[in-house]
Formats: sequence, C-alpha cells, structure tokens
Amino acid sequence: MTYNELKDLLTEKFGAEIITGENTQNPQPFLNIKTDRLADVCQELFTNPQTYFDYLACITGLDNGPEVGTLEVIYNLYSIPYDHHLTLKVITERLTPTGALPTVPTVSHIWRTADWHEREAYDLVGINFTGHPDLRRILCAHDWEGHPLRRDYEWPEYYHGLKVRYDNHNEVNGFKGEFFKTFED
Amino acid sequence: MSQTSSPYSNYIIQAEPTLHNPDNLKAGEMLLNMGPQHPSTHGVLRLEVITDGEIITDVVPHIGYLHRCFEKHAETRAYNLTIPFVDRMDYLAAMNSEHVWAMGVEKMLGIDGQLPRRVEFIRVLVAELNRIASHFLAIGTYAIDIGAYTPFLWMLRDREHIQRLLEWVSGARMLYNYIWIGGLYYDLPVGFEERCREFIDYLQPKLDEFEDILLKNKIFIDRTANIGVLPLNVAINYGCSGPMLRGSGLKFDLRRVDGYSVYPELEFDIPVGQGIMGTTGDCWDRNYIRALECRESSRIIRQCLDHLETDCKRTPDFDPQAMCPKKIRPKEQELYFRAETPRGELGYFFRATGKSDIPFRCKGRSPCFSNLSVLHEISRGCMVADMIAIVGSVDIVLGELDR
Repeated sequence: MTYNELKDLLTEKFGAEIITGENTQNPQPFLNIKTDRLADVCQELFTNPQTYFDYLACITGLDNGPEVGTLEVIYNLYSIPYDHHLTLKVITERLTPTGALPTVPTVSHIWRTADWHEREAYDLVGINFTGHPDLRRILCAHDWEGHPLRRDYEWPEYYHGLKVRYDNHNEVNGFKGEFFKTFED
Repeated sequence: MSQTSSPYSNYIIQAEPTLHNPDNLKAGEMLLNMGPQHPSTHGVLRLEVITDGEIITDVVPHIGYLHRCFEKHAETRAYNLTIPFVDRMDYLAAMNSEHVWAMGVEKMLGIDGQLPRRVEFIRVLVAELNRIASHFLAIGTYAIDIGAYTPFLWMLRDREHIQRLLEWVSGARMLYNYIWIGGLYYDLPVGFEERCREFIDYLQPKLDEFEDILLKNKIFIDRTANIGVLPLNVAINYGCSGPMLRGSGLKFDLRRVDGYSVYPELEFDIPVGQGIMGTTGDCWDRNYIRALECRESSRIIRQCLDHLETDCKRTPDFDPQAMCPKKIRPKEQELYFRAETPRGELGYFFRATGKSDIPFRCKGRSPCFSNLSVLHEISRGCMVADMIAIVGSVDIVLGELDR
C-alpha cells in the first residue's frame, strides 16, 4: 500500500483527529499520531491483513531542545510480505508541568523488539513508556544521572570517584573547539 | 532489587543490580552470573541466569559495558568525520558499516546512483570480502565455544589473507575509513584484481574443507542441531535480521529486497535454513547459512572482479574522490536508511536541519541489539552448556550492540 492509502485507512478507522500532522515533502513521508492513541493505531497496523506491519525496524527518541520544548519518538515500520514502509511519529512535551518525564504508550506488547528499543529511548532521551514491562536503563549504568541525548544534558564531574571529563589537553593547547563551530551557520 | 537484607548480598557484589531478587527464587533455583569477562561471550556481555539444576529457566542480558555513546559523538561531528566512529561500531565488518553510512548520507545529498560504476563495484567488492572475514571469525570462534580448536586456527589463517588484502587497499587491517561519502579514499592498488582472484580460487577448496571438518562433524551436529530453535514468527516479532532470520527459513536479504548499489546486477542466491540436521532455525542452521553466504560472497567477488577488469577498467584519469562533495550539507529531512551487514539489518536514522554539516540526530539501529533481545526466548529450558552454543550462534559484536 502507498502512503496515501495507509493514511486513508487510518482516517477511516480512527477518525481524522488522530492524525495531528504529516510531512509528505520528506523522502520518507511520515504521520504524526496523537500520543494516547498510538498503541491502538499500531495494533491495527499490525493485525489488519491489508497492512500487516510485522517488522518494527527502529524506534528513535529525539529531543528538540529546550527552546522548542518537545520530544519526538519515531517508529519505522516495515511489512515483510507487502514490502511497504510507514513512519509514525509521536510528539510530546519535554517535561510534564510537575517536572516528571513525559509519557508515551508502549508498543512492546505488539512487537517484542520494542522492549529494548524503548528501554534505550528511556535511558538516553528520557521518555517514560507507560505499560512497559521492565523499564530500566539499558546502555548507561543503573545509577547514572540524567539522559545523555537531551540537549541540556550536562556531564557529571565524577562518577563513583572517577573523573568523567579527563581530557583537558585541548584547553592546555589553547584549542577551544572552534573547529566544530565553523560547520554551523 | 534491594540486596541489603539478602543473605546472598555478600556473594553478589556488583555494580549492576540483578533483575531477579535472590530472595524470591523458588526452591532449587539458583542465580548464576556469567560475564562480563566470560570467554564465550565474545566481548563484555553479562548474563544473569536463573537455573534449576542444569536447566535454564530465565536469562537476562545486561549490556552497555562497551557503551561509548556513538549517537552523542555523531551529533558533534560532520558526516564525513563520523566514518571512523562507524568503523568502531562493528569492528569485524567495518567496510559494511561504512558502506551503509556512506549510502545513507549520499541518499540525503541526492547523489546516490550517480557515482562512477567503478566506485560502486569496488565498494561491493571490499564489503563482500569483509563479509567473508566476519563470517569466518563468527564460525571460528563458535567452534571454540563448543570445544573445537582446529577449525578456529584454519579460519583465522584464511581470514588473515583477507585482512592483508584490505590492508593493501586501505592501509588498515580492521578499521579502514576507506569508503568515503561520494567515493573512495583511493583506487585499488595495481595488481589487486589478480591477487584477489588468486585468493578466491584458493578459498573454494578451503570452504569445502571446513564444511567437512566442522559443519558435517558428528560432534558439532550433536552440539548444535535442535538447540536454540528460533521459530520464524518469534524471529520477526523480535526484529531479528540477517543469518538469524534466514536461518529460521525466511528468504529475506536486504541486498535483494532493497537492491541498493550494484547488487541488482549481480547474481547470487540467498541461502535459507531448511533444518537439514534438525529443526529449522536451530544453531546448526544459522552457522550453515553463514558458511553458504561465504560461497555466495565469493561468487559476488568474482563478478565484481570481472567488471573491474573489463567494462570498469582502471584508467589513468579515474579519480575515486571526484564525486566527493566539498561541503556535505543535506537539505532539511529525516531519513532511515538500512542495508545488510554480516549480522543483519544495519540502519541509520538521520535528521538534517539543512543549516548545518552536523546531523541534528543520528540513531544507529544495530542488528546485534535486536538479535540478542531474543536470547531469553530461545534459551529457556535448555542446558547451561547449550546456552553458550546459543549465544555464540547469535554472532554478537559488542561494539555494535552497545554502540
């Protein structure tokens, strides 16, 4: 099925309000899905014999930074028998008003591969997946503080008495990181 | 989780807490810690194993000991400067990783399909050479895991030839930085085609030989057949790819499905597991797939050499860096690009802002990561010694798993 057919199918099934936005200019067009309906949409895409998205290739957590104030979760779905793709996206705020991590419903009961991908997104970006059976840190140590892929993340000085930022030879040499700044406009 | 009150707390002193609390185990069950320095885990993988006697009831992998936050590094460097980091993800198949990265960035730049054909054939040639080297190490170390030492030495001897060839090409034995965005570091050295053809001729009898000594060996079959059977629906649901998925009987290879680079022009078969020695999807099938893929890769290499010696011949004015963009600045877009490495589907997710040479976000989808997550499904109910056989048959590279 093409992207437009998939979009029509979802609109027909769930109503137009679940799609909060889309981008068809992108080389891989994507749909923005309402956060609390994500699990229903994924269940439908997984079980419907016309779509049959049986392979969840990748889940990416993405922080847009404090200025924008949003987090995104991107799901790359693929159907092996039909050979079609779909990219879904969920956008939440960076922090809830109470200061807790934002929540996104889990899809690990549909695709078991989402289990580890969601743990990774929780670990590195800081997204709380509600309904996840075992949401622990996976790549960082269990007592690591903060979520390293957040834009406002600051490296700790010490971790269990070990100095984290050990390389000050750049400062000694007078190199202040100008090299990388030249790449930005 | 809390171990303060546990009578076992003195015995389990560790940085990472276990998922299972030793106090809550059933009678007769035992919590066993394997790793992170266990020799048969191919790196630093820690397994928390719950056993009932010799029977395994649950396995919990703890990963992240080799975590270097590749994604954080990739957000601070331009696309071409990240290629050495990509090498160090899957250090046994660095050419394949570079190939995927370069193709992904080229697709964002819109120069995919415009590269000189000689460049494409050289890329496929070195990637397939590296695929053979990677599979040789996978099967060789697997043989060591289950007690066969000789095949390991034979396979490393033959892998050494490939490493010398790739050293001749790029100057490095394992971490090449040879495939650049839009081209190659350098053309093939003079005489490489002849030497490579000699090596492939040398390789054919060796492949038969190790199939006889290892894969058709009675002891090997007894250790691996019907062990760690991975049903196809479980494999797909867990996102397995590569020899894991094909071993379970699905003919799915991204080189054919996506048809990137010059693969549509090349003739090769996709071996799938058929359960010749036991059940489809067991450890023997996965290793047999790898052995058959070495044969298919050598077929591909022969065809590449034919092209490189006839229609894409070396010319004095050929510049492999001619298409390399001086300024790598993709338009604003998001792209998930995937391709087949020896371990399965390696994907990169990029978001480019259009205003910077640095990706706003880059995510590496590692095949080992998804392949290992199925471990607890296929090793439940087997013996401890069989679990070593299962972990080896997944063929993990911890550098890529932890990124």
